[in-house]
Amino acid sequence: MEILVYGTINSVSLALMGLGFAMVYGISRVPNFAHGALYIVCGFVTWTLFHKIGLPYFISIILSLCVNGVLGILMYRFVLIRVRGMNISEIIASYAIGLAILEGFRFGGFRGMTYTLPVFMEGSLMIGSVPVDFHRLIMMVIGILLVAGLWVFTHHTRIGLALQGMAQDERAALMLGIDSDFMAMLAMGFGAVLAGVAATLILPLGNIVVESGYHVLIMSIAVCIVGGLGSWTGAFFAAFIIGYAQILTVVFIGSHFQMVVALLAIILTLILKPSGLFGQQKELEERV
Amino acid sequence: MSTQESRKERINRGIKVRSDGLYALMSWRELSYLTLPRFIMIAGMLSLPFLMPDMYWQRVISIVCIYAILALSFDFLAHYVGLVSLGGAFFIGTGGYIAGILNSYFSIPPFLTVPLAAIIGGIFCTLMLLPCLPLKGVYFAIVTLMYPLFMARVIEAFDIFGGTDGLVGIDSFSSSFAEQYFVIGMVLIFLFGLRRFVTTDRGLIFTAIMDNDQAVKASGIDITRYKALAVFIASAMGCMAGACLTHIYMWSGISQFALDFSILPIAATVIGGSGTLVGPILGCLILVPVSELLRDFGTLRIVFYASILVGFILFKSGGIMEFGQRKYEQFERWTKI
Repeated sequence: MEILVYGTINSVSLALMGLGFAMVYGISRVPNFAHGALYIVCGFVTWTLFHKIGLPYFISIILSLCVNGVLGILMYRFVLIRVRGMNISEIIASYAIGLAILEGFRFGGFRGMTYTLPVFMEGSLMIGSVPVDFHRLIMMVIGILLVAGLWVFTHHTRIGLALQGMAQDERAALMLGIDSDFMAMLAMGFGAVLAGVAATLILPLGNIVVESGYHVLIMSIAVCIVGGLGSWTGAFFAAFIIGYAQILTVVFIGSHFQMVVALLAIILTLILKPSGLFGQQKELEERV
Repeated sequence: MSTQESRKERINRGIKVRSDGLYALMSWRELSYLTLPRFIMIAGMLSLPFLMPDMYWQRVISIVCIYAILALSFDFLAHYVGLVSLGGAFFIGTGGYIAGILNSYFSIPPFLTVPLAAIIGGIFCTLMLLPCLPLKGVYFAIVTLMYPLFMARVIEAFDIFGGTDGLVGIDSFSSSFAEQYFVIGMVLIFLFGLRRFVTTDRGLIFTAIMDNDQAVKASGIDITRYKALAVFIASAMGCMAGACLTHIYMWSGISQFALDFSILPIAATVIGGSGTLVGPILGCLILVPVSELLRDFGTLRIVFYASILVGFILFKSGGIMEFGQRKYEQFERWTKI
């Protein structure tokens, strides 16, 4: 029972982390290696607004999500747009930005165990015989709502459909009058906001530390690769696979192996089926 | 506002054109035009230990050379074979651990462990990377980025080879002089060796694999074998650098799998000029000392070199070397349209 409950919670949080990465890659084909940095930025901005400036918690969350979105858009507009299509430059540039942000925070004094955000709701609930606090439940509900909301957004709104068109075939979308650079910028903004949502939901459970930026990056890459780069449903299911696998290893083998499982999943998936479980990439594009 | 009436044109210098062919041998001027840059490079590298009498800066020279070997292997693999490996730390760590194990468990002296580590490490890395050789582009990059993290976690989780403490008490080189000349010599040998190698028949096949692997396959050439050979060359170089690092610090540990070793060589390659093979060394000669000077600022130096990296990618993607080469070989003038 414990495995079931905490496995689900772990999976949902992994899905939240991976969603933004999957979205950006799916639409603009830019592997956003600054994803972890954006996650941490949102945490620290919320912390600053809430504790230093004294805004209400809800408003500071909304504001920091906006900051994140703008940051993502600026990053695309001024840096990534120039290197788009050159895989390696994309990776190096976005990774360098992420590195600069994270290490900048570390230099700016954001380190140690003092940075925490309050949970949304105190108290806990018994599911069967397992105590689960309300915050984790809220996180699950919001996570599932978010996935459902994204599905509706991409299937039933104009912008969502345009984004989907971009993801399927950029040139055809361009021919139909979809401004691909604008859409990619938008996707980057959405991806940054999703990273922020993940941060505001997951960070109250622990401390805000710079290292978790790298951790989030690795986990979101793991989720996206196992699920198939560019496939959102794939990322969602992969999050469940990796989430349960991690909980099972923690219970039966030891918590040291938690990270080994994720990394092994990436390496094995890439070797056996590089397009992932649900990937739609053509085989020829990625391997010979 | 007036329309632009002139444009800049670049023309090869006369001496460059004259020294292109066999006739360069006819005059000392053309000969020296060709050999001077190479000579400055070699003489400069060899005289570095004399120019830096300070103990601390002598150590920096060794570190520069280690990064330079790593950057050279990255440049070779990325721009002559088309396999972009973000896992420099994987090579460094493997070489470092092999040298450490050979030295502390079997007490083999450093001048044997370094070549042994290069060969064993090269074979090990090639075997580990063999299954992902069919991958291309971003997929290969990500999988190689994961390998060093994976190795570090495995060593930590199984608590082998000293676990988180690493292997301590490893022999150092006999003297700091020997250490520096060994690494400097290795950099020069690898540099000129690789430059020679990429123009041989094998090197041509590598470049062809980068340009169009399907066509190479269609010509009846086994591309996986050639890719494995290229990975072996690059990883043996990286492992040798790692082995030297272990002996210099007399220690090998998990931090040899750290991301620094993956990122700094790439930054050096981008700054120095990708695809030139000299560029990465130049980049390391600039980046590593700067990063040492900024050591007092703590992690701000990472911010600093990350921003330089982004700047170079955006505005000078050719790097310093390409810029210098252009100035050396061509002149510019404004002409009326």
